[in-house]
Amino acid sequence: MITRWFKGSSSQKAGHPFWVIVQKEIADHVHSWRFIILVLLLALTCIGSLYTAMMTIREAVPKDDSVNSFLFLKLFTVSSDKLPLPPFITFVSFLGPLVGIGMGFDAINSERNRGTLSRLLAQPIYRDYVINAKFVAALLLISVLLFALGFLVMGLGLIAIGIPPTPEEFGRMLCFLILSVLYISFWLNMSILCSVRFRQAATSALSGIAVWIFFSVFYGLLVNLIAGATAPSQAAGAESVISHQQFVQALSRLSPSQLFSEATVTMLTPSVRSLGPLTMEQIYGAIPSPLPFGQSLLLVWPQVVGLIAATMVCFAASYVLFMRQEIRSR
Amino acid sequence: MQPVIELLELSKSYGQHTAVDGLTLSIHSGEIFGLLGPNGAGKSTTILMMLGLTEPTSGSVRVCGFDSTRESTEVKRRVGYLPDDVGFYEDLTGLENLLYTARLNQIPRDAAQGRAEMLLERVGLADAAAKKAGTYSRGMRQRLGLADVLIKRPEVIILDEPTLGIDPEGVRDFLRLIQELSRDDNITVLLSSHNLHQVQRICDRVGLFVGGRLLAEGDVPSLSKQLFGEEPVAIEAVVAPGSDRLVDKLSQLDGVIGVSRRDDSRLHIACSEDISAAIAQTVVAEGESLLSLTQKQYGLDEIYHRYFAGGNTDDYQMV
Repeated sequence: MITRWFKGSSSQKAGHPFWVIVQKEIADHVHSWRFIILVLLLALTCIGSLYTAMMTIREAVPKDDSVNSFLFLKLFTVSSDKLPLPPFITFVSFLGPLVGIGMGFDAINSERNRGTLSRLLAQPIYRDYVINAKFVAALLLISVLLFALGFLVMGLGLIAIGIPPTPEEFGRMLCFLILSVLYISFWLNMSILCSVRFRQAATSALSGIAVWIFFSVFYGLLVNLIAGATAPSQAAGAESVISHQQFVQALSRLSPSQLFSEATVTMLTPSVRSLGPLTMEQIYGAIPSPLPFGQSLLLVWPQVVGLIAATMVCFAASYVLFMRQEIRSR
Repeated sequence: MQPVIELLELSKSYGQHTAVDGLTLSIHSGEIFGLLGPNGAGKSTTILMMLGLTEPTSGSVRVCGFDSTRESTEVKRRVGYLPDDVGFYEDLTGLENLLYTARLNQIPRDAAQGRAEMLLERVGLADAAAKKAGTYSRGMRQRLGLADVLIKRPEVIILDEPTLGIDPEGVRDFLRLIQELSRDDNITVLLSSHNLHQVQRICDRVGLFVGGRLLAEGDVPSLSKQLFGEEPVAIEAVVAPGSDRLVDKLSQLDGVIGVSRRDDSRLHIACSEDISAAIAQTVVAEGESLLSLTQKQYGLDEIYHRYFAGGNTDDYQMV
């Protein structure tokens, strides 16, 4: 499909309609106030988290072994007890959904309310071009934005601490950014789904934010509640404790934000060796060294697949819903 | 000749409600066809099905030889559609809006620029071309919509309630423009409206659409024959004093189908042929004075009142 689009754009002078829509959507986003506000917000994040990192990175330097410390990655992960600012990684996991929802919540319904949707669909294009193009345009912008911010933080950090990142650190960084784009694209798709479903942009935005708040605040509480209620008794054996622990973890992993934070923490903190419970036998004899890049990647693979699946589900739902809808004028 | 638009037993239902019910209709090349009906008659639904924007429950639609449901892109390449209350991207100028449509139709950039300017000139928006579409008035939007429809050089244009909400002067200009297009560029035009005067003014043929069914179709004279077949001629006589005896006499005349009173002196006489002379003689013979005698032509107004409003048949108005 994608190759056909590309071919279309190269062989015809006027460009393939799909990319025409993508172009226009990007132009619309870039010119909108909403986008400027989101960029400002993310830029502030970037500066704030960098500031925290600068103030605290001195304490993060290990005394004994400075070779394997991955000091550069600490730029993104260190937090401080003295400063009320969270690190970059937390900022992204918190603000990412907002960016995604902000870019998508009025994708379809604003066209519908302005009466442009029926005019647009009366042109010789397939209906799915509209929704695909809107998704692709927002995704491209988000990727550019996040990569720019990530590299900016890296560059500033480089100037400030003067230690260049190793190739492995750089690779981990890239993975983190790709993961973030994936995570935001989940929220983007969720909000596009809302925009197909709800006529009013406000309803759509609100429902998107409600889902976001549910997952970031209440879902954890809910899981704790269930965990407390189903906890095995004190006298229970190790196996039942472990199976309970696994059950609770599986529950909490239904939330995309949990998946994202597990994946990013593993990527940026190479010393994380496992995301599940470990028994003493498993730890016994293990060398307490950071995991190599490939192993970290292997560790978060399920999380990545989960995130992709959640994104696909949202996209498929909005796709089906949109294809079945009747396009009336206003 | 192959019709440009061909509907065959087309039906669309929403749950229990049937919006379009077994519609069969053909529209030929170069025609201006008016789809006339009250709100909610299923006109818009029919148009949406022609463009493949909604699927028919049963039946088939062919436009320009393509199945609208299966090959809707081919149809949309050849058909321009102006929805009622058309919307534009408000932060783009009128010209930019047109260029966007042109690019979606894969018209090369410089050709599109020239054509867009020419069309803006033609619809009388040349001065407003650089203004944002958000500042356009309703009438301007409608005219920009027409330019937008024409930029892809369509074979057919479908206009859904194109004159709704425009002032009378604007309506006249707009209709004249449509007429010119049909005549000069040989574009087939389908327009839906509930305003019979406008439809009557420009349409070659009219289809009457009520409750999802096509009641009748044809040009206005043949339509009135179809609908008023049993009483093709109506004569209105104003007499004084207009006694009941006269009414009796008149109804006994050869060729009179029915006589009804509109008020004391005004009589409405439905006849099978033109018998004005006999009526005049009868009135005079009864010793009453004949103040006026007019033969009425059935226009769309009568048709409208009779079939849409469902009002009483004495309530006709002169066209």
